[in-house]
Amino acid sequence: MSPAEPFVVLASRVGASEKRILEALSRRGIAHRHIDSRTWWHPLGDRGAHPIVLNREIGLARATYAAEALEAAGSIVVNSARATALCGDKWRTSAALVEAGLPTPRTALGLTPEAALTALESIGYPAVVKPLQGSWGRLVSALPDRQTAETVLEYVAALPSPQARIVYLQEWIAKPGRDIRVIVVGGEALAATYRRSEHWRTNVARGAVSELCPMTPDIAKLAVRAAQAVEAEIAGVDLIEDGTGELLVLEVNHGVEFSGLQQALGDAVSVADRIVEFLLEKSRSCSE
Amino acid sequence: MVTCPECESSVVPAGTPVIGEIVECGECASELEILTLDPIRAALAPEIEEDWGE
Repeated sequence: MSPAEPFVVLASRVGASEKRILEALSRRGIAHRHIDSRTWWHPLGDRGAHPIVLNREIGLARATYAAEALEAAGSIVVNSARATALCGDKWRTSAALVEAGLPTPRTALGLTPEAALTALESIGYPAVVKPLQGSWGRLVSALPDRQTAETVLEYVAALPSPQARIVYLQEWIAKPGRDIRVIVVGGEALAATYRRSEHWRTNVARGAVSELCPMTPDIAKLAVRAAQAVEAEIAGVDLIEDGTGELLVLEVNHGVEFSGLQQALGDAVSVADRIVEFLLEKSRSCSE
Repeated sequence: MVTCPECESSVVPAGTPVIGEIVECGECASELEILTLDPIRAALAPEIEEDWGE
């Protein structure tokens, strides 16, 4: 990595969000380089140039190892390796949220599917089972009753990966057909959207529709605290409202996709420009 | 403009295309990855892997 290029965007997939960030860097005339993580390799012990790296790698394993290798070489990585590891694992995220005293659904971890079935007696039905890793609502399953739980957990027991057989369970929250996605950059809650769907999984990847959500002090404060709890400097914080209207933190995303949110926002705030400004602030604080 | 390798429809990237950019074919909804810019060429984008996400 060349010192003439103080900013690197690491990504194997240039989606709409990455393109907005690259365009914002170019528009401001900021020297930068996009590195395709599928071609990147790192010799251990190399402490050459120290660019600031925006880690937008979509694969969790690649993102985590890249962040660790780059930090070991002296680079500043956003988000950090620790934040990526915390956000990339739902159990570690939940543990960090609880440690920070933040409201989040009741959660349990079963080290085997059999233990999970016992844990469900404590969590109660309906409940939700989620893979420890993964996004976009994939493999997240509702467990309305014990019979369904036995069936789903039988499939979980047959999964080949030992990690996949560790079971993450959460109480069912009867949310009002929507959740709230908040973008946090550098400790500031920039914007929020409702993600509405008739399906209980309100992921945009599953067809949920984004629309602007008024940023209340409660939403902003909770989202910023959640991002801090997992040490994420750029984060997509997912909040849900329970039956009483209380806000709960569901998860924090370290590689937040914001194209849908930006379309809902219009010209009010440019998330990509705010990310670039944050990288510039980072660069200035490093050179002081 | 690139040609979708799946259905041979023409796909026009939004704005200035960049290498690695993912574009969706409006005809068959395949995800394409832009491989080269001059001449502009695209191939089917890699399949989603288990640990991909936000």
